[in-house]
Amino acid sequence: MKVLVAVKHTIDHNVKPNIHPDTGLVDIAQVKKAINPFDEISLEEAVRLKERGQVNEIVAVAIGGAEAKDSLRHAYALGVDRALLIETDTPLQPLAVAKLLKAIVTREQPGLIFLGKQAVGEDYGQTGQMLAALLGVGVATFASAIQLKDGQVEVTREVDRGTQTLSLQLPAVVTADLRLNEPRFIKLPNLMMAKKKPIETLVASELNVDLAPRFRVVSASEPQQKPGAIQLANVQELVAKLRQVEVLQ
Amino acid sequence: MSVLVLAEKDGNQLKPSTYQAVTAASAWQLPIDLLVYGDNLDAMAAEARQLAGVRRVLLAQAGHFQHPLVEDVLELVLGIANQYTHVLSAHSVFGKSVIPGIAARLDIAPITDVIEIRTPSTYVRPSYAGNILSTIENLEPVQIITVRATAFRACSRDGEAELVTIDAPAVRGTSKWIGEQLTHSERPELNSARVVIAGGRSLGEEFNNLLDPIAERLDAAIGATRACVDAGFAANELQVGQTGTIIAPELYIAVGISGAMQHLAGIKDSKIIVAINHDPDAPIFKHADYGLVADLFTVLPELNTALQQH
Ligand SMILES: Cc1cc2nc3c(=O)[nH]c(=O)nc-3n(C[C@H](O)[C@H](O)[C@H](O)COP(=O)(O)OP(=O)(O)OC[C@H]3O[C@@H](n4cnc5c(N)ncnc54)[C@H](O)[C@@H]3O)c2cc1C
Ligand SMILES: Nc1ncnc2c1ncn2[C@@H]1O[C@H](COP(=O)(O)O)[C@@H](O)[C@H]1O
Repeated sequence: MKVLVAVKHTIDHNVKPNIHPDTGLVDIAQVKKAINPFDEISLEEAVRLKERGQVNEIVAVAIGGAEAKDSLRHAYALGVDRALLIETDTPLQPLAVAKLLKAIVTREQPGLIFLGKQAVGEDYGQTGQMLAALLGVGVATFASAIQLKDGQVEVTREVDRGTQTLSLQLPAVVTADLRLNEPRFIKLPNLMMAKKKPIETLVASELNVDLAPRFRVVSASEPQQKPGAIQLANVQELVAKLRQVEVLQ
Repeated sequence: MSVLVLAEKDGNQLKPSTYQAVTAASAWQLPIDLLVYGDNLDAMAAEARQLAGVRRVLLAQAGHFQHPLVEDVLELVLGIANQYTHVLSAHSVFGKSVIPGIAARLDIAPITDVIEIRTPSTYVRPSYAGNILSTIENLEPVQIITVRATAFRACSRDGEAELVTIDAPAVRGTSKWIGEQLTHSERPELNSARVVIAGGRSLGEEFNNLLDPIAERLDAAIGATRACVDAGFAANELQVGQTGTIIAPELYIAVGISGAMQHLAGIKDSKIIVAINHDPDAPIFKHADYGLVADLFTVLPELNTALQQH
């Protein structure tokens, strides 16, 4: 079976974003970028399925500028078999991304499609659900464990007060949550080898998909900061405070 | 023009987030219909009718809605979506799983995790792990959004909506419910508790012993950092933060928590934050209203004693 993994090259999750004084919007052009952590988890899961002999080909696909090749090399170093870049200069919104991914799914016919539960940065958390709906297949979001069984995938998901287990017919879309696995450490030789692997490139605007933005980010601001904590001397003062804010009668 | 709000139930009641979603929807000042789905709604129909501001309650009963699946609720909503210019749901696990798919099938971009509806098509939502608030103008002819429930108050219960029964489409069958493991706690739920007390990994094996009695006294929900959950000291569903539950209680007490960006993303909107940490330079103090620099292993038993005497 073939697995497709969507990989976003996005702002490094350790970097604090800044608002550009001229545009009033978040400026990510110059910031450090990396593979979206949830997509790295998806890749690791796909690789484990392959190691267990349940999957024979893993294809990673990224949509973005040429710099997104860095994340595809990361995918190669983790163990994918092929990498695909759908190139576009302008950042795309989730609906357009989902439509492009649908075009790739139609071409590649994977049995299982992994996305991250969200891409750090804009934190939309939409693309996987959209892709599944456009394909008319089942979706399991927030996966924390998965198991492949003849023609089905059983997914344990994190829900509001615990976990839920679903069984989905293949093909299906699964979005990875943090606890699905812990991605392996990449060894340097693997990274060097990844540099030599081919990355097939398609041009987004040639895939016959409506890429036009549907909404506009008009401004960005930083949430109000507290002035800093008033220090309390001891537990008595703390209890007095609790009484004052009326959580203790 | 009218609004469809997706309700969500928990046992035989509506979730508190449904009440908050109705308040959010009232910002559009349009008639609101509330869609309730389940396998046995007799007990709940009366409750649903009382949500203030709701014009009609649409009841969709079907055996397969005992454990609703994304694909089935998606078809249910698509069956009636052409009657609505606005669709809204709470940004709960189910809401965020189903809304983007509904929108995609209508070829509409949804706006998720909205904390403020500023104009009928302008929204504020957090991004970059809560470090940025973006204002978004949605150009779509149909507005489809999820709202962060804690950012809206609950609607009152003095309404008298009309009840309408609607048909549920046939089961899609692309996925199947197998089971669930839910924790049933006597405590209030994390995302709707008035008080939350949370601990970090430094509480270690003492996590429950130290926090339980105090939570009991304060009628508080218990939360934890990811480091604490990963170390196995607290259950997964207690995680608060960017990738856990996002909360906005009246009072948040952070015990032995450093205040990492991803943790702060989940607590920023708390009204009052109290931090207890033995490191005076812990980042959490920059985001707290009150701080106590002390060893938690002394402070928590002391606090417990003080509360018992109280
Ligand atoms: C993609 C991603 C998502 C994440 N999502 C989340 C999330 O949703 N929620 C979350 O919480 N984290 C999340 N994290 C992890 C986060 O970055 C931090 O690692 C975590 O919050 C730290 O937890 P902590 O405060 O318990 O531990 P630490 O950072 O180790 O802090 C321990 C604190 O306890 C204090 N302390 C130690 N002993 C005592 C004592 N005896 N008395 C008083 N104080 C004491 C120390 O001074 C220190 O400040 C995420 C990380 C990533 C990369
Ligand atoms: N530009 C992109 N290229 C590849 N995959 C993407 C892209 N944008 C989003 N995705 C996938 O969709 C998931 C959710 O993203 P989002 O809906 O933007 O939060 C990510 O974890 C990726 O798996």
